[in-house]
Amino acid sequence: MKTLFTRGPSLLSRLVLALACSFLLIFVDHRLQAMQPVRMFLNSLVTPVQYLAILPEQILSNFSESVKSQEQLADENKALKKQMLELRGQLQQLQFISNENKRLRALLGSEQRQPSRRMVAEVVAVASEPFSQQLVINKGTLSGVYEGQPVIDSKGVVGQIQDVGSNTARVLLISDQSHGIALRAERNDIRVLAQGTGEIGKLQLMFVPHSSELAEGDLLMTSGLGGVYPEGYPVARITRINRDESLPFAEVSADSISALDRVRTVLLLWPQSAEQAPIFEDEK
Amino acid sequence: MFKHGLLPLILTYLVALVLMVMPMPASIDVYRPDWVTLVLLYWIIALPHRVSIGTALVLGVLTDILLGSVLGVHALGMVVVSYFAARHFQRIRNFSLPQQVILIAFLVLIKRLIVFQANVFIHDAQFTSTYFWPALTSALFWFWLFPLLRKIRRRFGVV
Repeated sequence: MKTLFTRGPSLLSRLVLALACSFLLIFVDHRLQAMQPVRMFLNSLVTPVQYLAILPEQILSNFSESVKSQEQLADENKALKKQMLELRGQLQQLQFISNENKRLRALLGSEQRQPSRRMVAEVVAVASEPFSQQLVINKGTLSGVYEGQPVIDSKGVVGQIQDVGSNTARVLLISDQSHGIALRAERNDIRVLAQGTGEIGKLQLMFVPHSSELAEGDLLMTSGLGGVYPEGYPVARITRINRDESLPFAEVSADSISALDRVRTVLLLWPQSAEQAPIFEDEK
Repeated sequence: MFKHGLLPLILTYLVALVLMVMPMPASIDVYRPDWVTLVLLYWIIALPHRVSIGTALVLGVLTDILLGSVLGVHALGMVVVSYFAARHFQRIRNFSLPQQVILIAFLVLIKRLIVFQANVFIHDAQFTSTYFWPALTSALFWFWLFPLLRKIRRRFGVV
């Protein structure tokens, strides 16, 4: 039987204590950045929740995979083979061009471009609040993942690694409000900065003068100037420019090239300059 | 050692946390109800001597970890609304379901306003109206969640 007058501290003192705890956590985590070990521990503690969250989707996709008819599979196989042939053809051309590029760069005496090392990772969870747009992937420090590592998918840049656990890592999406990225327009090499808006897949270009030559439909690539992303990966396409002279800068919105709300597998990149190296499972 | 009915209690929290991070299409995702806050509020109203501000703090920190926000942000919001619910649980219990739904909408809205304001302090977050839509959907889900959780509470004898 619960009594009306329970023992223990009163509700108000509990509130004050809990509020103090929250403020202290915010202060220590945000200002002092001193919670990394605790975060890592708590992250591995909640990993089961993340795996449970994708379980229904996995079961569904396994199910739809197993009830596919032979005909469907044959069709899919044919389409994939055709696609592979096309890509192989393009790859031959690419190898030729990259060799040529290397020779020309050697002639010019400028630094040669090195290919990045890659690893495939699966998305295990999403966080889609406007103030925290993140993905959780199933690779961590055991695979050589490091903080600040660039992450792309088959179409374009997805984001960068924000924190790493031993078996999972958190990717900050380019459309997160706290994420900025240095870009260059493909058409005319204009350098711009893009900040996330908090709406998934939407970016906003900052400090664009009204006289800028940017146009709607322009493709924006990474410029490599931020130091995080290697140069030349597609990021976003400009959708709207508002040149209202009463504003200090032109308002330029862009949509990300990769479908951030549907991404399921991502590629982790290790640029040549990175100290860490990928650790593949079969090497162990 | 454990109090009776601890397992169903923890399982409902777990389900709420899983529902919070489950991947969904972007069009529905905007309206995802605030499951953790809803479940927490139910248990506070039903068992105020057992589930209270401490639980809110723990669930808030777990939410922060799962959503990757700065630790303590969601905890702050949940602690404040759970104080309100724990302070007035007798009054809320006597409300009719539609009255409760209106109250829940306000509580979820207040929680989200606190989280938003904390984010403004931390990194100058921009106002996005979509963040506040779940206050409505959460409230609507209360019509279904309240009887369900009550059934669970009676079935498993959580006291």
